[in-house]
Amino acid sequence: MAAPLRFRLALVFSVFALLSLLARSSSQDLQIANAERRIDLTSHIIKVFLTLKVENTGASPASEILLAFPPTQVDHLAVVKAAATVGKRKKKTYQPLDVNPSEQPDSPNGTKYFSVSLLKSLGKGESVTLEVFYILTHSLEPFPVEISQSESQLVYYRDSAIILSPYAIKQQTTFIKTPSTNVESYTIVDPTNRAGKELKYGPYDEQPPYSYSPIVIHFENNNPFAVVEELVREVEISHWGSIQITEHYKLVHAGARHKGIFSRVEYQSRPSISGVSSFKHILARLPPRVHSVYYRDEIGNISSSHLRTNSWKSELEIEPRYPLFGGWKATFVIGYGVPLEDFLFESSDGRRYLNFTFGCPLVETIVDKLTVKVVLPEGSKEPSAVVPFPVEQHLETSYSYLDVVGRTVVVLEKKNVVPEHGVPFQVYYNFNPIFMLAEPFMLASVFFFFFMACVAYLHIDLSIRK
Amino acid sequence: MVGKMEAVNGVKSGSNSSPSTFQSAFFKPDLSLKSLKLKTKQQELLIRVSILTLVYILAFITRLFSVLRYESMIHEFDPYFNYRTTLFLTEKGFYEFWNWFDSESWYPLGRIIGGTLYPGLMVTAALIYSIIRFLRFAVHIREVCVLTAPFFASNTTIVAYFFGKELWDSGAGLVAAALIAICPGYISRSVAGSYDNEGVAIFALLLTFYLFVKAVNTGSLAWALASAFGYFYMVSAWGGYVFIINLIPLYAMVLLITGRYSMRLYVAYNCMYILGMLLAMQIRFVGFQHVQSGEHMAAMGVFFLMQVFYFLDWVKHLLSDTKLFQAFLRITVTCAVGVGAIALGVGTASGYISPWTGRFYSLLDPTYAKDHIPIIASVSEHQPTAWSSFMFDFHILLFLFPAGLYFCFKRLSDATIFIVMYGLTSMYFAGVMVRLILVATPAMCLISAIAVSATIKNLTQLVRTKSKVAHTGSSKGTTSGKASSKASLDQSLPFQRNGAVALLIGAFYLLCKYVTHCTWVTSEAYSSPSIVLAARGAYGNRVIFDDYREAYFWLRQNTPPDAKVMSWWDYGYQITAMGNRTVIVDNNTWNNTHIATVGRAMSSYEDEAYEIMRSLDVDYVLVVFGGVTGYSSDDINKFLWMVRIGGGVFPVIKEPDYLVNGEYRVDKGAAPKMLNCLMYKLSYYRFGELQTEYGKPPGYDRARGAEIGNKDIKLEYLEEAFTTSNWIVRIYKVKPPNNRW
Repeated sequence: MAAPLRFRLALVFSVFALLSLLARSSSQDLQIANAERRIDLTSHIIKVFLTLKVENTGASPASEILLAFPPTQVDHLAVVKAAATVGKRKKKTYQPLDVNPSEQPDSPNGTKYFSVSLLKSLGKGESVTLEVFYILTHSLEPFPVEISQSESQLVYYRDSAIILSPYAIKQQTTFIKTPSTNVESYTIVDPTNRAGKELKYGPYDEQPPYSYSPIVIHFENNNPFAVVEELVREVEISHWGSIQITEHYKLVHAGARHKGIFSRVEYQSRPSISGVSSFKHILARLPPRVHSVYYRDEIGNISSSHLRTNSWKSELEIEPRYPLFGGWKATFVIGYGVPLEDFLFESSDGRRYLNFTFGCPLVETIVDKLTVKVVLPEGSKEPSAVVPFPVEQHLETSYSYLDVVGRTVVVLEKKNVVPEHGVPFQVYYNFNPIFMLAEPFMLASVFFFFFMACVAYLHIDLSIRK
Repeated sequence: MVGKMEAVNGVKSGSNSSPSTFQSAFFKPDLSLKSLKLKTKQQELLIRVSILTLVYILAFITRLFSVLRYESMIHEFDPYFNYRTTLFLTEKGFYEFWNWFDSESWYPLGRIIGGTLYPGLMVTAALIYSIIRFLRFAVHIREVCVLTAPFFASNTTIVAYFFGKELWDSGAGLVAAALIAICPGYISRSVAGSYDNEGVAIFALLLTFYLFVKAVNTGSLAWALASAFGYFYMVSAWGGYVFIINLIPLYAMVLLITGRYSMRLYVAYNCMYILGMLLAMQIRFVGFQHVQSGEHMAAMGVFFLMQVFYFLDWVKHLLSDTKLFQAFLRITVTCAVGVGAIALGVGTASGYISPWTGRFYSLLDPTYAKDHIPIIASVSEHQPTAWSSFMFDFHILLFLFPAGLYFCFKRLSDATIFIVMYGLTSMYFAGVMVRLILVATPAMCLISAIAVSATIKNLTQLVRTKSKVAHTGSSKGTTSGKASSKASLDQSLPFQRNGAVALLIGAFYLLCKYVTHCTWVTSEAYSSPSIVLAARGAYGNRVIFDDYREAYFWLRQNTPPDAKVMSWWDYGYQITAMGNRTVIVDNNTWNNTHIATVGRAMSSYEDEAYEIMRSLDVDYVLVVFGGVTGYSSDDINKFLWMVRIGGGVFPVIKEPDYLVNGEYRVDKGAAPKMLNCLMYKLSYYRFGELQTEYGKPPGYDRARGAEIGNKDIKLEYLEEAFTTSNWIVRIYKVKPPNNRW
């Protein structure tokens, strides 16, 4: 019932978009000669690869190229990256380009833009090939919303068959890759082909700017929809030789909700058809040379985990206490220590800096809200963080063993984090090594005074009578 | 292994050094040089302090087996409640804690936590926690709770030392400290993680007794006051304070009868009783019981008797005529007894003085609970003690105890009378109830320590005397031995020295055996958390069954926050603490009817049970089932108690309906009611499809060794919500009622 209505709405929307476009002449005379889009729907993290060949047909040189996204997608957009292709064939290299959200006046229907800044502006008649990569999260809508243990999980994916762009596109094709051949239904916008796991929309020729043609694909996706609703990573630096990391997870299965019974006998005896969309274990990639790893939750240690280490990587396979079905949650804590010399360095100006990975160590998971807390040693001054993408920052103070003035904590917060955010970031600070001796000195003096008191007690006669 | 080695060292040094301390005590008068005397004193002090320190550390680390073997976690059932309340106390503060109405248990009744618990343990742990936090040690409250019991066990050793010193001499004190540090009877309730009232209470009990004996020995008001505070701490920590408030009057009574009445006793008893009573009234759970309950009346009676005695003493002092005094005595005693009896009678009749509770009766009469209160009888730790568990928990102390009694009687004093009475009464209670072995343990250790210390002292004296005779030019023994050897010179027999050496070796052998036994018991029997079960796998590897926590955590994460869970009362505290969900009944068995209702639901047919569950607003039912793993303390094995407790209140439930010829079985020959009651259905739902053991038919129950009798179980009003990976815990959801149209 809903689908035709939605389709009609979408049609109205696209017509409206077209109309509004005609009224508005594009200020820049850029056009896209050829566009190819590949959408990867195999996991719940949707990766889109977009290749655009942009030509400047106008008179003035253009230094920015706009990418347009419908407002519904922008909220789920985790990463947008762009690169310009330089050279041909085998000598082809990619130059990463800056991508920034930008506001445009009179954007139709709340379209949001990202502007790609070119390294050198595009002169008249010149063309450039852009590789754009973006990631969408939470864009697969389970339908049916609730499934039982024996059913597999079906999801909707909504997009447009025609690439939304502020520029006219001469020729474009979209390839959509599904995780299995089991596709329930898909919108047909001729020419549309389906072969195996791949759906092909296009080629479409000569599309005016802001063309939009909504499509809905209903397909099976039994990949684990592992979403960490909240992750707090605490990185505690001790100059005595270790960095201690504590990670608090709130994991949830964000797929179709589990309904009705959970039968252990079915789950144990028929694993291939029972609970296919559920998942039992997740892999965490930890830094190499990791030590004293623990995995626990509020009520104690969770004994089901395996750690595999070698010299270049450590893998921790964690099993929540119970298999996670749709909508089931699990909170847990992972903690580990890594050697200080692997992550703490001294910069040329004498400041120290921590070089650590930002994202979530769990593979193939989305983090809705990530908080990284870098706890600097007591006595650190002037902390500053360098992160390759925008994050919210503030400072806190925390107290740990034998702290008097408290430790400075650099708090970095980011929403909608995907594995691609697992890149190094740096926290710079000033630290005087004399502070390292404060706590041992305190302990030593306490013992000293204790023994002195004992000696004094044994030698002083406090009795009144002789 | 570390603990064991330490244990060997600890006790050896403890018993080794005790003679040396006596010897040095004997040296003192003979030494002329003041500087040397001081040095010996310092040496003795050093030895004593270092032994005590070692014992202190030993008592702590021998209790850490479970932490090393499993993890730092809370054990068993009751400790989870204590942990939960401690958490609440640290988070919300004392005032909130004191006024806490817990709506998460005993649904729909709720429980006034502040007024129905002994807060001593929680306040202690919270205090330790805040001190540690103040010193900037970032520990979690759980660690504090886990280590509270070992910490207090260590403190108990110190109290035992001083008590032994007060009773006999410092050598006996050291031996007592060493013995109590590793005695399994005490370790069973004070291993790390066993965060229960007893862990703190034994310390408080022994402290109160020690301070009281000290007060009686000195007649000092200060010690009596300290004893009253010790008593207050004990009252705040454990219901076992009733033992103190009855033993001390009994002791006073015995002293009065044996003609040992003295001003010291008068001061000690009156100060301790009055102040202790007033302080105890500050604990809400105890309230005015000291003046209103039958169990506390003995103390009051003795108090008044003491006043009469004092009064008579005074009158005797005034009256010089003995005949007149005799007449006066007769009249006064008759009047006092008469008034006391009338007061008691009127008090009881008018209901002002409450009669004895069932628990108290069951202590005096071991068969009482079995006939009248099945809920008390159903608890395994309330069973009468078997001989084997005495041997298990006391080992050589069992033989040393009579020997110690002999020494006590030989040197009768106010203090030894006390320890004899403590030992004998607590041994009786230990025989009545398994858990009360704990109360008897300190007495056993102290009396045995007297035996060990006195024996070894005598033996070493013999050895030393002979050696003096043999080598006349011995350097140290010559000056020291004179005074002590005179006593034993007259009874020199042939082979005396060899015999003494042999006996000494025998004593050391026994003590070593004691140490190994204690370590073995601690490691094998008392250090498992019972939440996590461990078994040996096929290849000798350790297999861990963590099903309880799996289920509780599932409840915590995946059920609505206000879900009501029905289970047998054993798991109530754990569900609220770990699952964070509301329970119908829990281990605080204050409402028998409510528990009986749950028992009735479990033993009814599904449709009847559904009505009961609807009326209790139950959302989930949790059962524990050991058929897959062979875990024997599951709900099917506890089921007859549910039937009995349910049947005690609701006569529709009849125990014979579930038995066949008086036999309890689950296979095809089981009673039809058994095969179709709710508990059976929930435990065995779809179990018939499962092959548990190779070569056995599907549906073979490994806990009971039988193929189940009803494999085709259909559930109409409930559905399986979750079953843990080893099937130990099964949770069912109660379906909402069907639409009527």
